[in-house]
Amino acid sequence: MEVVKVENITRVYQIGKVETRALQGVSLTIEDGEFTALVGPSGSGKTTLLQMIGCLDQPSTGRVVISGQDVTRLNRNQRADMRRGHIGFIFQFFALIPTLTTYENVEMPLLLNGHTPKERRERVMELLKAVDLADRANNRPDQLSGGQQQRVAIARALAPKPALILADEPTANLDTANGRQVMEIMKKLNQETGVTFVFATHDPRVISYATRVVTLKDGVIEKDSASGAK
Amino acid sequence: MLQIFKMAFRDLGRNRRRTFFSALAVAIGLALLMLMASVINGEMGNAIQSSILLQSGHIQVRSVSFDENKSSLKWEDLVASPDEIAAKVAAFPQVKAATPRLFASGFLSTGDESTGVKIYGIDPNSVANDPYRMGLLSGNFLTADDREGLLIGKPAADKLHLQVGDTVGLSVNTSNGDVQEQVFTVRGIYSTNTYAFDVSTILMPLAKAQAITQTENHASTIFILLKNETDTDSVAAALQGLNLDVLTWRDMNQLIVEFETMANSYIGFFYLIILAITASVIVNTLIMSVYERTREIGILSAVGMRGSRILGLFLAESAFLAVGGVILGVILGWGAVQLFNINGFYIGNMGLSGFLVGNTIRAQLMLDDIVNLSVLTFIVTLLAGLYPAVTASRLEPVAALRAEK
Ligand SMILES: Nc1ncnc2c1ncn2[C@@H]1O[C@H](COP(=O)(O)OP(=O)(O)O)[C@@H](O)[C@H]1O
Ligand SMILES: [Mg+2]
Repeated sequence: MEVVKVENITRVYQIGKVETRALQGVSLTIEDGEFTALVGPSGSGKTTLLQMIGCLDQPSTGRVVISGQDVTRLNRNQRADMRRGHIGFIFQFFALIPTLTTYENVEMPLLLNGHTPKERRERVMELLKAVDLADRANNRPDQLSGGQQQRVAIARALAPKPALILADEPTANLDTANGRQVMEIMKKLNQETGVTFVFATHDPRVISYATRVVTLKDGVIEKDSASGAK
Repeated sequence: MLQIFKMAFRDLGRNRRRTFFSALAVAIGLALLMLMASVINGEMGNAIQSSILLQSGHIQVRSVSFDENKSSLKWEDLVASPDEIAAKVAAFPQVKAATPRLFASGFLSTGDESTGVKIYGIDPNSVANDPYRMGLLSGNFLTADDREGLLIGKPAADKLHLQVGDTVGLSVNTSNGDVQEQVFTVRGIYSTNTYAFDVSTILMPLAKAQAITQTENHASTIFILLKNETDTDSVAAALQGLNLDVLTWRDMNQLIVEFETMANSYIGFFYLIILAITASVIVNTLIMSVYERTREIGILSAVGMRGSRILGLFLAESAFLAVGGVILGVILGWGAVQLFNINGFYIGNMGLSGFLVGNTIRAQLMLDDIVNLSVLTFIVTLLAGLYPAVTASRLEPVAALRAEK
């Protein structure tokens, strides 16, 4: 099944009189269970495309369908609901809530989804074990290393059992060892749970984990390993 | 929901200094409101109580045609056989004292100075006249059969350079319109700590006042003090059958009551200013905290938190600030009132002219005011938090996530 279907989308940023065409007609279909890398030079539109897929922003033209639902023209609340239920995010900066513990950060999406305390406890502990942080449950983010924080973010992204996880340069702020560990965990979770991953990167070592590589340049898809197009 | 409160609480803990100072701003605002309200209460309560004790009593019984402003001494304007009526009234169990008084006007003169005065003819033995007896600074109090003595207030004595034992000329308007003159001896100098009264009132025994004004067995009024102010209306109703005018302290102190209303609308204006300052401190603090946490708001939004919850989070923060500020404010306000009352506020003879205001104002904190002002401060703080909270809830997640840390 198609988790993501993007049809000919454009995104034009307007700042004052300057127009930036960040995406200029991108079409892309991502199937359930893929582990796809979005690559391309800085400014090529990777982040913008992830934001469109992730319902954080809306395209200027074109259509976005997530898990069969057209999300192109949803309002703010509907987009928030969509993100909460179906999409997990991992950012380049380790996007945790500083006032919450590891446990509470992972629990947050479950709380928002109205799970019972028992469900939450089981799910959080299960995920913390999966990212090897069970012993850090009560630490605040500032007591964790960058790699640990990013693993918490992965656990949080997975918590509501989303169909899709979007990661924007998840290893860019990590050293090689930690970057590798994060990629290994993402790969493992992809294989074990079948959750679809789409991640933007320009790190060749990270690209090597991908089962499919989509290359962006100047807001268009230049190359897609799945279609074999050159 | 619980999570929101937990987060809000911890967010406040992140910048304790700032949290403390914004709660302090709320607290100081509330403390000022409380102090102002209690000073006004104190002053108004004081004005009414002074007036009741010295001038109006709780109830007075007068001739229907008596006109206070003219202090007429015509017999038909006066109460006949006042002692009998006073005795009847005094028999009521709620009544503490009932005593006849005669009011006249005249001129007091020494060799080179003179001043207009109100003459109170009083029964020296009645407990209703204790405020004068207790206010005696020097000399002796009046005796009922004294025919040449009077008491004079301290400011008037100073003005005329009179001492106990000095003689002074008094000319008095009489019942039939002419003027009687006699030389009196100053028996004592009194002070009620109420300048407006003391400067213009001299006291003499009722019998002498009746004699000099030729009003024979008549009085201007029966002055009645009750054991309990709340019995005013029932006693007044019981006195209706006398065929005389029955006035309560409320009727007689209308000016003060009106003034109190006016003072309250002025004070409302000051309240507004204080609350506006408090609110602007809160708005600034919270706006700053929204901008500092822009990226975090983006994360919450990315995780799927709706705008309404983000709004709730920031409102919860201002609610915590408001609760903390109000609690601290009640303590500060109470303390401020205690401090104020160590010395009171000495206004001396600046008392509002025409009003009997004691020379020292003491603040009086009322439970009503504490509750109302606390609720008001709480609401204003919450309202002040609304704007920053709305700003936070409207942030676009994309913009928030891109924000510099
Ligand atoms: N909010 C924005 N306002 C204006 N221009 C933007 C905004 N976001 C991205 N851009 C521009 O769009 C283009 C694509 O940016 P982005 O998607 O961040 O690229 P990448 O993630 O591949 O580096 C860039 O030229 C960038 O400057
Ligand atoms: Mg990017």
